[in-house]
Amino acid sequence: MSKPKVGFYWCASCGGCEEAVVDLAEDLLKVVEAVDIVFWPVALDFKRSDVEAMKDGEMAASFVNGAIRTSEQEEMAELLRKKSQLLIAFGSCSHLGGIPGLANLWDRQAIFECVYKEAPSVVNPEGVVPQEQTKLGSNGYALTLPSFRDTVRTLDQTVEVDYYLPGCPPPVKLIVNAVMAILENKLPPKGTVLAPDKALCDECSRKATKPDKLALRELKRPHQILMDPKKCLLAQGLLCLGPATRSGCDAPCISANMPCTGCLGPTSRVKDYGAKAMSAIASLVDSNDEKEMAVLMEQIVDPVGTFYRYSLPASLLHRRVRNLTPSPFKGEGWGEGKKGLGERSGGAQR
Amino acid sequence: MSKKSLDLTMKDPHPRPLSRSAGEGGRRPGEGPAWEPKIVAFFCTWCTYTAADLAGMSRMTYAPNARIVRFMCSGRVDPQFVLKAFQEGADGVLIGGCHPGDCHYQSGNYKALRRITLLKRLLKEMGIEPERLRLEWISASEGDRVQKVMNEMTAKIRQLGPLHVERPSPPAPLPSSRTGEECPQGGVRAKAEVQGGAR
Repeated sequence: MSKPKVGFYWCASCGGCEEAVVDLAEDLLKVVEAVDIVFWPVALDFKRSDVEAMKDGEMAASFVNGAIRTSEQEEMAELLRKKSQLLIAFGSCSHLGGIPGLANLWDRQAIFECVYKEAPSVVNPEGVVPQEQTKLGSNGYALTLPSFRDTVRTLDQTVEVDYYLPGCPPPVKLIVNAVMAILENKLPPKGTVLAPDKALCDECSRKATKPDKLALRELKRPHQILMDPKKCLLAQGLLCLGPATRSGCDAPCISANMPCTGCLGPTSRVKDYGAKAMSAIASLVDSNDEKEMAVLMEQIVDPVGTFYRYSLPASLLHRRVRNLTPSPFKGEGWGEGKKGLGERSGGAQR
Repeated sequence: MSKKSLDLTMKDPHPRPLSRSAGEGGRRPGEGPAWEPKIVAFFCTWCTYTAADLAGMSRMTYAPNARIVRFMCSGRVDPQFVLKAFQEGADGVLIGGCHPGDCHYQSGNYKALRRITLLKRLLKEMGIEPERLRLEWISASEGDRVQKVMNEMTAKIRQLGPLHVERPSPPAPLPSSRTGEECPQGGVRAKAEVQGGAR
């Protein structure tokens, strides 16, 4: 029997997930021994036409990382779905939307205005923005670019997904477990996130130093404090999202004195990661006075960017609401948008 | 009942006209039937829900735009519930709890206050007017306050207009032929159905 075929593909992502595959190191040889990698644009010279030539369901599994932003990514997701028995959302971006998903605070027009016209480093006197169709004057030849969608979506908002490998990037241990589970045919029910279903605090090395009752008077950011390398970061006043985040990563960030930012997403019983993380942190604020607690919470400079860092497209609200009332971002240039952005992340200007 | 069908996009188990005076206000040109504010109210059973009962028994009339959900405590109102209500078509969410110091569970209402304070900031960034979410302390004896808050909230939402939360359309389901039995590699996905319930 021939080896099962697998493919890797990337959509709107940074490439870190591809790194994570390479981070398998020697284990990668074991994987290659067991499977045939038939599609991996970042590393191997196979083309889209090679995938198109396959029979439906010919690949045992496809690992797709990255959020879905363009029409081309939609097409590739659909193609890989058709050709694969298992489609696995690989990494935070395809699982929950990831960092690219934060662009859902704006829309296409605002992004184009900012990136191609009004960013300080851009010189574009003619105001050229990407076009889907460009006719070249002399010979009438038309160039086509993929369409840039208004809203970022997760992979499972685009095509049906079988399993999720969470993380930014997914921890090597989880990748190995997932590959082994596929090869040994020991997969959990469809739709499962292939990681433990407990909060990160449960496996955190600083768990013992977490006080019974946390009470936050001051919320600090990592650069504002000299950290105790042994003590619970929340107890030190750092905004650590471990209590709301799925475990499975062995807390490498926390070991390096960086609070958890929540890349593995929620546990299975939580529907909206940001709301739950926000709820967890807000209830720890040590004040019963309305005005005082509002002041304490002002220390969280960017609530959406903090709590929905990896999960805005997968959230219940999905994107910034474009209501009948004018929004500070919608349909306006970067000038207005920048005002909004500055207000949104006031701390960044400090 | 008038011939005009009312917009009841929020899944209501007992669909019925929301208001006898549905014709007033809210209508926008070309929008069909008049829009009525839809408010979801999360009331704590010990104070605000009892106050709403009292308002009813005292025959107080107030805007019929709220669907009341009874909770054991305002501290049980997870911000997820508020977002879910907005996602499902609510134009406003009202949370009612005991006055500070009066919580049946000692501190649930303070927890609600902390969460709602931060949630309002989050809503604002997400393009939803913070006024669409309101937290009120109403004790069991304040039936008149239920009446006042309900009327105020309905008027406020009427002024703000309808809320449109965009939802991603679900992906097309796989054709039925694509099931485990046909997998050339020996049914890698077939076992998926063995254990019940997603972990």
